[in-house]
Amino acid sequence: MTTTQKSGSGIKPPSPQAINGGEAVAYAMRQIDPEVVAAYPITPQTFIIEKFSEYVADGLVNTEYINVESEHAAMSACVGATAAGGRSQTATSGPGLALMYEMLWVASGMRLPVVMHLCSRSFSAPLNILCDHSDVMGMRESSWPMLIGASPQEAYDQAVVMPTIAENKEVMLPSANVLDGFTVTHSVERVEVLPDEVVKAFAGEYEPDIWALEPGSTATFGTLDANDFYFEHKRQQVEAMKNSLEIIRTQLNAVGEITGRPMNLIEEYLLDDAEIGLVVLGSSEGMVRAAINEAREAGIKVGMLRIRLFRPFPVADVRKALEGIGAVGVLDRAIAFGTPGNSLLQDLATATRTMPNRPLLMDFVYGLGGRATPKFQFREAIGHVLKMNESQVEPEEPGYLGLK
Amino acid sequence: MTLKLRELSLAPDLFGNGHGLCAGCAESVSVRQILAALENPPVVALATGCLEVSTTRFPDTTWKVPLIHSAFENAATTIGGVEAAYKALVRKGRMEDRPLTFLVFGGDGATYDIGFQWLSGALERGHKFIYICLNNEGYMNTGIQRSSATLLGAWTTTTPSGDARSGKPEWHKDMTKIIAAHGIPYVAQAASHNWKDLMTKVRKAEQADGPSFINVLTPCDRGWRFEPEKTMEVSQLMVEAGLWPLYEVVEGKWKMTGARQKKRPVMDALLSQKRFSHITKNADDATIAAIQAKVDEEWDALLALCAIPDTQ
Repeated sequence: MTTTQKSGSGIKPPSPQAINGGEAVAYAMRQIDPEVVAAYPITPQTFIIEKFSEYVADGLVNTEYINVESEHAAMSACVGATAAGGRSQTATSGPGLALMYEMLWVASGMRLPVVMHLCSRSFSAPLNILCDHSDVMGMRESSWPMLIGASPQEAYDQAVVMPTIAENKEVMLPSANVLDGFTVTHSVERVEVLPDEVVKAFAGEYEPDIWALEPGSTATFGTLDANDFYFEHKRQQVEAMKNSLEIIRTQLNAVGEITGRPMNLIEEYLLDDAEIGLVVLGSSEGMVRAAINEAREAGIKVGMLRIRLFRPFPVADVRKALEGIGAVGVLDRAIAFGTPGNSLLQDLATATRTMPNRPLLMDFVYGLGGRATPKFQFREAIGHVLKMNESQVEPEEPGYLGLK
Repeated sequence: MTLKLRELSLAPDLFGNGHGLCAGCAESVSVRQILAALENPPVVALATGCLEVSTTRFPDTTWKVPLIHSAFENAATTIGGVEAAYKALVRKGRMEDRPLTFLVFGGDGATYDIGFQWLSGALERGHKFIYICLNNEGYMNTGIQRSSATLLGAWTTTTPSGDARSGKPEWHKDMTKIIAAHGIPYVAQAASHNWKDLMTKVRKAEQADGPSFINVLTPCDRGWRFEPEKTMEVSQLMVEAGLWPLYEVVEGKWKMTGARQKKRPVMDALLSQKRFSHITKNADDATIAAIQAKVDEEWDALLALCAIPDTQ
């Protein structure tokens, strides 16, 4: 789709544009025009908030932009704004997510559909500003639906769809659009954007049932629960997360029909006839595809499964995709210290444990702190998975790709 | 800015029945008066603390106003989010503009200590809201631990009196002055026993063009160790001993409210509270002298700020 559309100020942004992932997200945020954006700058998230600040300065949005003094305050302001009745968004990375951790649980526990763009980054220490999935794994149990994109285009498309997932009455949960730090946030690529009016029609406005600014409201938000109700409220969150899965599928289909770019809960590559596979999250999929292409040329029947919907974990889709696959290498871009397996391996092991012929699993840690993983290293991983399929023995320890 | 008692008596009671605050707690009294003083309907944010846990236990609520509690340290930022949403909803034409007062209640733990950064940030950004600190000089909700508002020498469960230590060793933080240094349009100190002074200050805060802050002394009978019927008496003694001067800072101009406040030695106030019994048992205790000297010094400094010659 190549169109030219008019934005609020009469600027005519072309589509496609050559922009980075950060700007692509900011562009979607402008089109959505949330009531409140509150954020604190952190590398590699800064492109998003700097670009959005320009939109605010140019009067292209109605948004109240709050330049908060910390990430904890960013999520606190979003919680207040959303409880009040406004749509709110924020963006952060690694240590910023760690600082707002308390509020991730407050936002989901209060059932406030805040949208966050998480530009994935390692956790300190040592200080490191580059990409891995320590932050993604750090929030995986906080009751936030999480979509992980692989490109600036996907970061944009997911940003468009996020509010419609979070605010669905059967969901009402804060939700995260994950884009990999630098590899997506800073990579300039061809991005097709939708016309403003199409995004506005798709995303609509936030229409809560209960909001503090509603005239006459006497609602109390964020109550104290003793041992008589806390358990039940947490159980309701389980249902909301479950509900979100099919709603996310529907909404991804809906936006895919508009853009002509289908998005699914999982993305498969050459899995149909595959004997072995690799499972990956996010932007590494490009290099993994290249390694798979090379292995295919050498006659190895290998495919790839990329999980876009990380939470709630799409168990049925993953099991279906892995049916008939003998052995799978799981690519973990974070370490879950002291656990019996890193986070994505744990998910895969749990999801596949009752399959009649479950695939053998082995774990690979890669790309920590921004370490580039070249094609040959994924190719080596494929070799290890092939050997596991032959030996039928699952290694207990993970492999570490590219470790010096 | 005159308050008419007859009119106030007809104001709707926005703080309802059935709260679980302790007998003798000053907070419910002051909160009811603060809400009654408002001219606009409020939207309230609460910090975690005594007031919050005692008034919002699901499925009940004491409040007849919209209220948001999100966490301990961030009530100022939470109300900042509400205020921002209000502006944007009006700008988008999604809600009619109507006068509202954005109001925060936080204890001294939430205000002086854990939430200091959030409050300072919200004040600097200029969100229009009233921040009320209900100052009972300690972390009373978690069981009477010291805060940076706790007075020198006071017993708390984390500054007990023993052979090596005698209550809290440090002088307290002067939070009201720190807030005044933010240059916001209205800052004040008030105390629970002086309802008229408190409510007048709330009215002024509501009319301020920007953020405002009122630090209200709310004596805690459990934590300060006095009989529950003595709350207002203790509040008054604290003011008359100069331990809690009543003043306001309007657009940077300092002014005492109420004439001849300081007319007693600090010993009179300390003797009313058993949290000081380990030092008041000896009238020559060095801590008592230190408190008196510091109170006198700060009183003189306050008079100088208010440009009042010390005639007392």
